[in-house]
Amino acid sequence: MEPFRSVRGGGTRVSLAAAEASLLRSLVGQVMSLVEPDDLEGPGPGSGPGEDAELAALEAMVHGPGADKPPEDPVLARLLPDGYRDDPEAAGEFRRYTEPALRSAKHQAAQEMLDTLPESGGRIQLSQDQALSWLKALNDVRLALGVRLGVTEEFEEQWGQLKPDDPQWSAFEVYVWLGAVQESLVQAMK
Amino acid sequence: MVVSAAPAEVEVPRSADNPVSDKPWVTIVWNDPVNLMSYVTYVFQHVFGYPKKKATKLMLDVHHKGKAVVAAGAREAMERNVEILHGYGLWATVKQDK
Repeated sequence: MEPFRSVRGGGTRVSLAAAEASLLRSLVGQVMSLVEPDDLEGPGPGSGPGEDAELAALEAMVHGPGADKPPEDPVLARLLPDGYRDDPEAAGEFRRYTEPALRSAKHQAAQEMLDTLPESGGRIQLSQDQALSWLKALNDVRLALGVRLGVTEEFEEQWGQLKPDDPQWSAFEVYVWLGAVQESLVQAMK
Repeated sequence: MVVSAAPAEVEVPRSADNPVSDKPWVTIVWNDPVNLMSYVTYVFQHVFGYPKKKATKLMLDVHHKGKAVVAAGAREAMERNVEILHGYGLWATVKQDK
């Protein structure tokens, strides 16, 4: 990878090897299918912020209410967290009205990243909006991998304690690499 | 939060300006081991329009104290903040500030 650079006039560019592009595509695709609503589409793209609650309420009328409990899968529970900490009732209410739109937004960011990331890698130029989608999608991938690996802030020590033949060893390597990719994108977007 | 391979630009702000007034509802962001310090600062700047100094101070509060109040105001506005911050993968909650 050649790190992200900002482009004159806005946006960023990056160079990725084919193997890196295909790894990113695979990880983003996994998160995308994870956040996909079970049986119905969330509010479509382009719905304004104020419309989310209305759309969610409409959906609830048509399809029955959305979930009011956090997902059981710890990764999904981290991607779709509670909006209230010590108030289960308020948290449930908040989730019913916001989770469909949140799933849809995460799905959309992942889709936008896939749409702008060729399998073959190469030099990729992104608009500011596309770069923002990459930033969100990359962060979701890191959250998912971080939860699966049980990382702490001392993840480098955790990694160092693994033997190279441990199945988690290469996952840590990917996790660390993703952190460097995201860091480079954040710096380029400033 | 973590610092990744590429060093994040972190300056310790001296400004004591506090985003919390005596309004009754607040948006809280909690520390987590995955989000990059630079990313969290970027999100605070981008979402709230905070200057870099203030965004960095809030990020450091989250990092060192485990959480920080990043906005205060009407309940609906705080819920909207939390929804947006969840979109960025930050761990945020609404609370009535008693």
